[in-house]
Amino acid sequence: MAIDKSMNVLIVDDYKTMLRIIRNLLKQIEFNNVEEATDGAEALSKLRSGNFGLVISDWNMAPMTGLQLLQEVRADAKLKQMPFIMITAESKTENVVAAKQAGVSNYIVKPFNAETLKDKIEKVLGHA
Amino acid sequence: MHEAGRYQTRTKSGSAGEDALAERLADVRNRQPAQDTDAIAEVVRAVLTTMSGDLSAKETSLLTEVEELGRTIASAKAEIAALRVDDIKERDIPFATDELDAIVAHTASATHHILESCETLDAVANSVTGEASMKLQAATTQIYEACSFQDITGQRITKVVTTLKAIEAKVAQIVATFGSHINVSAAASEANPVPTSEDDLLNGPQLPAHAMDQSDIDKLLASFD
Repeated sequence: MAIDKSMNVLIVDDYKTMLRIIRNLLKQIEFNNVEEATDGAEALSKLRSGNFGLVISDWNMAPMTGLQLLQEVRADAKLKQMPFIMITAESKTENVVAAKQAGVSNYIVKPFNAETLKDKIEKVLGHA
Repeated sequence: MHEAGRYQTRTKSGSAGEDALAERLADVRNRQPAQDTDAIAEVVRAVLTTMSGDLSAKETSLLTEVEELGRTIASAKAEIAALRVDDIKERDIPFATDELDAIVAHTASATHHILESCETLDAVANSVTGEASMKLQAATTQIYEACSFQDITGQRITKVVTTLKAIEAKVAQIVATFGSHINVSAAASEANPVPTSEDDLLNGPQLPAHAMDQSDIDKLLASFD
């Protein structure tokens, strides 16, 4: 299934350097329409008012965490089908299980490489 | 031997106090009829029984433990004072957290500069074609990947700082508990020790707030001219 790389992608991380890194990596795999949010609440607001095809979010943020954002997205009738990738340093089994139970589409552990990001995006969007 | 006789025997080599006691005992003996030693022993036993009646074995054991606890506390106070835990709270932990904060700040700044250069290279990669473009892009991808170390480093350091702050809180609790026994004057006197060897001069990079920049050093050097 061909992936529409012109879609809007929302990247969420409270660490601006990481946003910059992800944005550049996405650009290299030809996702050029990228927006940023620095916490879950801002992301949710942007998702509700915009038209996004993919969310890539960190977990550990305040006041709303990435997991809470995911739960809000899955509870929202308009957003519940949104492909959602978690990119986080939280790599314990219970984290992955909790994210899966909340409905995460895929899970990338930091530090990650461009190939992993590309592979997960293709898997998620290929099944969307 | 009769009890009085025994006292008299001892007074031959005794002190003036013992002599006086012997005289008083002799006086009592002269005024009172002689007592049976068994009767005296019985009185002593009765007194001891009364005393042991005041404290049960359990109470005596408890008293012993309380005394031991007191000695342990006194010893702990002395050991804590010797450790100068106030140094940990007032100097060592703040120093460590400041250093860690500086690491985060410096690596963040370095990462920012690396990313800027990398983005310039990316722009160049887009302006050329063929193998050169591919090689440039592969290189910038690797740089982007490598730069994510900053996020991981920051999170790890945050965990260490949190741990240090927990230790600091515990130390503060100890200082508050044993405060009056902890000598802080010694710590103050060593806050800025005078270097006595080359090792004392090797302190590594200074925190920005305390460091001299190149212009400060130039001025200092110029002041010797």
